[in-house]
Amino acid sequence: MRAMKFRAWLALVAGILPATLAAIVLFLAFYSWPAMHFNGLGFVVRDTWNLGNLYADPIMRHGTQVQPGATYGILFLIVGTLLSTLIALSIALPMGIGAAIFLAEAVPERLRLWISFFVELLMAIPSVVFGLWGYVVVIPFLGRHFYPLIAHSLGKVIPFFAEPTGSGYGLLTAGIVLSLMIVPIIAATLRDALVSQPASLREAALGLGATRFEALWKVMLPGTRKTLIGATFLALGRALGETMAVLMVSGNALNYLPHRIYDPVSTMAAFIVSQLDSALQDPTGLAVRSLAEIAFVLAIISIVVNALARLLLLVWNNSQRSVVI
Amino acid sequence: MSTLAPTRRPAHQIRLSRRIASVSGWTLTGACLFALSALMVWILEVVFVRGVTALKLSVLTTVTQGTGGGLLNAIEGTLVLSAGALLLAVPFGVAAGIYTAEYRFTRWATTIRFLADVLVGVPSIVVGYFGYVGMVEWLGWSFSVAAGSIALAIISLPYICRTTELALRQVSNDLRDAAYSLGANDRRVILGVCLPAALPAVLTGVLLALAVSVGETAPLLYTAGWSNYLWDGHLTHSPIGYLTYAIWNFINEPFAAANALAYAAALLVTGFVLIINIAARLVLDRRARR
Repeated sequence: MRAMKFRAWLALVAGILPATLAAIVLFLAFYSWPAMHFNGLGFVVRDTWNLGNLYADPIMRHGTQVQPGATYGILFLIVGTLLSTLIALSIALPMGIGAAIFLAEAVPERLRLWISFFVELLMAIPSVVFGLWGYVVVIPFLGRHFYPLIAHSLGKVIPFFAEPTGSGYGLLTAGIVLSLMIVPIIAATLRDALVSQPASLREAALGLGATRFEALWKVMLPGTRKTLIGATFLALGRALGETMAVLMVSGNALNYLPHRIYDPVSTMAAFIVSQLDSALQDPTGLAVRSLAEIAFVLAIISIVVNALARLLLLVWNNSQRSVVI
Repeated sequence: MSTLAPTRRPAHQIRLSRRIASVSGWTLTGACLFALSALMVWILEVVFVRGVTALKLSVLTTVTQGTGGGLLNAIEGTLVLSAGALLLAVPFGVAAGIYTAEYRFTRWATTIRFLADVLVGVPSIVVGYFGYVGMVEWLGWSFSVAAGSIALAIISLPYICRTTELALRQVSNDLRDAAYSLGANDRRVILGVCLPAALPAVLTGVLLALAVSVGETAPLLYTAGWSNYLWDGHLTHSPIGYLTYAIWNFINEPFAAANALAYAAALLVTGFVLIINIAARLVLDRRARR
């Protein structure tokens, strides 16, 4: 009887987790409802974020009090978020896979623990410190040395990479800094999966005459494909929602779709931070509610992506990692 | 002696193209790992070299004045906010972790575990904005310790839940069997036997959650605000400073004194986070080896 009570009590307290998640989503939806009503579905396809004339008297439009000329569209944010995430993933995936392979297969076991730990410490570095590093040293380095180099080689062939390379703030810089933040997720998960592959697989491949690298590349690595997809989704979720580092290196473009890979962009997460101060100037409060709508959209996207990632890792793999990522 | 000569190469000879593929494969993967380590070293170098130069005793003992002065208010604020977050998150997180570990096959435990993983993935700015519209605006707390701590608690809750669960799973089932066979009920077995056995690992998880909340910025920007003064002890209606804000804000200022504060803050935050992570690793490793 008492045992049952204890268990029920624990189950109830554990309910705080689902309750928190539900509270976040529902409250953001509830709070941004007037904005959703006013903005409609055009919210995600318009590329103008304009608070309207803040000095005029509010007018009524679609049953909502707004400042004259106000329109809220976040297409440029969606494009910025997707492109920076795409760049980050296309750098982080090969790098993470390479590092995981080398760690799992080439580094001696005693050393492996410490090198993995060192590289995975990247996950512990706060986002704002990445931002500081990006702002202080990476932007000048890339802007002065690396981007002109790309523009003069790759830029001759593909217009998207052509000059002008700008000051160093922008899409590519955001992607590069983001990639470093998500690479340990991929490297750590894949290394775990590679190490836990049965040794007999490798032995069989070696016995058939494969080199060590062929055994790895053609036999061991395909076996971890599902883990890799799951880890990629996890990394994707992290990159989509990353705020501070992107805020500090992306150039925070407003109402601008990037024409070149060096152009300034903004992402949904960074935009919420950079725009709240000016949104507060809107006397109707619709701007703050529209920012809440961005937060709501971002919450839904990240919940879907993360749920998908966990399902992939759980169902396909049944893996229980030893570390919480 | 006139048997046909074998057309196959001897086993020790591998075709050149395969050998090239193999060598370049190892080189490329090795280069990836090297690049990753080098970048990590670069970040640490920037933070530590510039941070040590900027860190003076006065930074630790005086409060911020405009864009100069010290960081005492921010250090105090970070400690207050993180302590508040732990105070709120630890009881709930540990209880949820116990439930998902000890009743791990129930549907509710599976759900909690899954949603904890999803909650880890919710961007911190979403939690921050939720805190802003929910607590700062709707509840009318304005920028405050309460709003900031609750936002940080939401961030650390799933970490504590998951690390507690992993810690309890390490406890041998023999221990549980022995306790049950002596007639103990669930409560006695879990609180009296399993939890003490797992306590070092549980505390390590709590410390890791502390490291996460010390390093967070986005959930605090619009819940805790910023203040140049020491905390006045009020839970609501009183903004408070914290170190990560100093990093973000003061690095954008055109003054050397402000930038120095940002570097000093970065050193303090990064140093703290790294020490906790290294200590946690040592504790968990020692336990795993036993």
